[in-house]
Amino acid sequence: MKLDIASPIALTTRKLSLAYDGNTIVQGLDLAIPQSRVTALVGPNGCGKSTLLRGLARLLRPTGGTVYLDSDAIAHLPTKELAKRLGILPQSPAAPEGLTVRELVAQGRYPHQNWLQQWSKEDELKVEDAIATTHLENFANRPLDTLSGGQRQRAWIAMALAQDTQTLLLDEPTTYLDLAHQIEVLDLLADLNRRQGKTIVMVLHDLNLACRYADHLIALKAGQVYAQGNPIEVMTEALVHQVFGLESKIIRDPVAGTPLCIPISRSVDSL
Amino acid sequence: MTHSLSKSRFQLTRTPLLLLGLVLCTGILAVCLMVSVLLGAADIAPQTVWQALFQFDGSTEHLIIRTVRLPRAILAVFVGAALAVAGAITQGLTRNALAAPDILGINAGAALAMVLTIYFKTSNGNVWVAFGGAAISTLTVYWLGSMGRSGLTPLKLVIAGSALAYLLNSLMYGVLIFNQRTLDEIRFWLAGSLAGQDMASILPILPYIVAGLAGSLVLSRQLTLLSLGEDVAQGLGLRTAWVKVAAAAVVVLLAGSAVALTGPIGFVGLVVPHMVRFAVGVDYCWILPYAMISGGILLSIADLAARLVIRPQEIPVGIMTSLVGAPFFIYLARSRIKR
Repeated sequence: MKLDIASPIALTTRKLSLAYDGNTIVQGLDLAIPQSRVTALVGPNGCGKSTLLRGLARLLRPTGGTVYLDSDAIAHLPTKELAKRLGILPQSPAAPEGLTVRELVAQGRYPHQNWLQQWSKEDELKVEDAIATTHLENFANRPLDTLSGGQRQRAWIAMALAQDTQTLLLDEPTTYLDLAHQIEVLDLLADLNRRQGKTIVMVLHDLNLACRYADHLIALKAGQVYAQGNPIEVMTEALVHQVFGLESKIIRDPVAGTPLCIPISRSVDSL
Repeated sequence: MTHSLSKSRFQLTRTPLLLLGLVLCTGILAVCLMVSVLLGAADIAPQTVWQALFQFDGSTEHLIIRTVRLPRAILAVFVGAALAVAGAITQGLTRNALAAPDILGINAGAALAMVLTIYFKTSNGNVWVAFGGAAISTLTVYWLGSMGRSGLTPLKLVIAGSALAYLLNSLMYGVLIFNQRTLDEIRFWLAGSLAGQDMASILPILPYIVAGLAGSLVLSRQLTLLSLGEDVAQGLGLRTAWVKVAAAAVVVLLAGSAVALTGPIGFVGLVVPHMVRFAVGVDYCWILPYAMISGGILLSIADLAARLVIRPQEIPVGIMTSLVGAPFFIYLARSRIKR
């Protein structure tokens, strides 16, 4: 499998194996994720996307193999050191009732603090920056549970921004959001990538949004990389058939020019 | 830049406000402490109380103040603080609004361990025995609550805890039925009582409570982070396993000390953290100090009521706290528990 990537590599896995409750989900996976690009992980339910993301973030200890961040094995990095370089937003995180946006975002500064240095001017600036970047200025003192789903997700992303990491992993950042809010969140991530050069890796369910927003698409099937690369090359009718077991037509997205997958269903007979 | 203005105003007002509240609560606690020493079964003039404390002459009244009321007042403050903080940590650690050392059977474990050692006459209720009992029941309830596919859910944890508390209490009463002597020795203690303790029996245990309270403050930042969920906390660089073990150890220390001193007093650990969170929010850096002081206030008031309602008789303070706490628990169970 060739990697047509000009930019350097942010995350690499070597023979990575991951298991849940003794069930091997990912086995012997070799993967490279480009730096300062948006990478989307797609694949059917249970293919190991989220497991892989957790493994990349060291939330799940591998049963074999190694994950490298730049060229450091993450297993050997001190916890806070890793948290300064790589942030992860799990799928639909839950905040305690009454937590305000600013309080949540402030938690993102934890890896930059220690016993002596509890709260610095820089922490303050990064928090305000993150709130401004996610356009939450008017909601900063509101409890999270009073916000809409899209605003809440932006607040979590703001927390990850305050963490100030080069690499940001997100597990289905658009789950439970309506289409307008999905676009809003993905636009925000695209901006972060373009303006700040952040490496973004996200698990997405929507193939068309993945094609539109990702520079690099990784299609997983049964814990293995089935195909990866530029969405225009990767997203084919054959791939959708092989990976998802779905017949489809791939056309050109009239808005973004990226591939658009139109599923064929039995109930439609006017082909 | 209106938002940054309102922001700085927010930052400027909230912290001093919370500090002020803390000072205010400490003042209330001091008043509670004074009233506890002033009021009791015997009528003793405030002047005499003052003299008993600072110009002790060995008279009966002075003895009552020094050996009965003062230890009792101090006990209420420390045990109340210990129970409230143990409850706050348990609720944060399990992300469960219904969790508290009594609900989860931790107090029952400590109490059973105490009763067993008194029964076998191996010790007269050593505090380390209470720690052991609390630790074993903590591990048990955690293990029982996390069995099954979905892992540790709030509902499973509370059911496992209630079942464990029932079992341990039945075992304890079983032991007591067979042994009249043990029952007589500890009948009042069993219902949760601050009575009948002198300074000599309190002082050796106070350092454990102080250590537990201090430990909780050291962990407060980490507990706040943990309340965002384990994955998020770990992603932010928190060594969650270490923090959970340390926090559980603090709970065992606090609940064990409290039970060793006063028997299982229920509902303080459940109710106080909710009151405090309602007032100060979700940051454990504020929750814990407020819980300490409010716990002391609540138990002092409950004990005053326990002493005064059927004067000169009194009822165990554990019954007073249950009268208030049980309805609150039902309210919480109805409004807060999901699935």
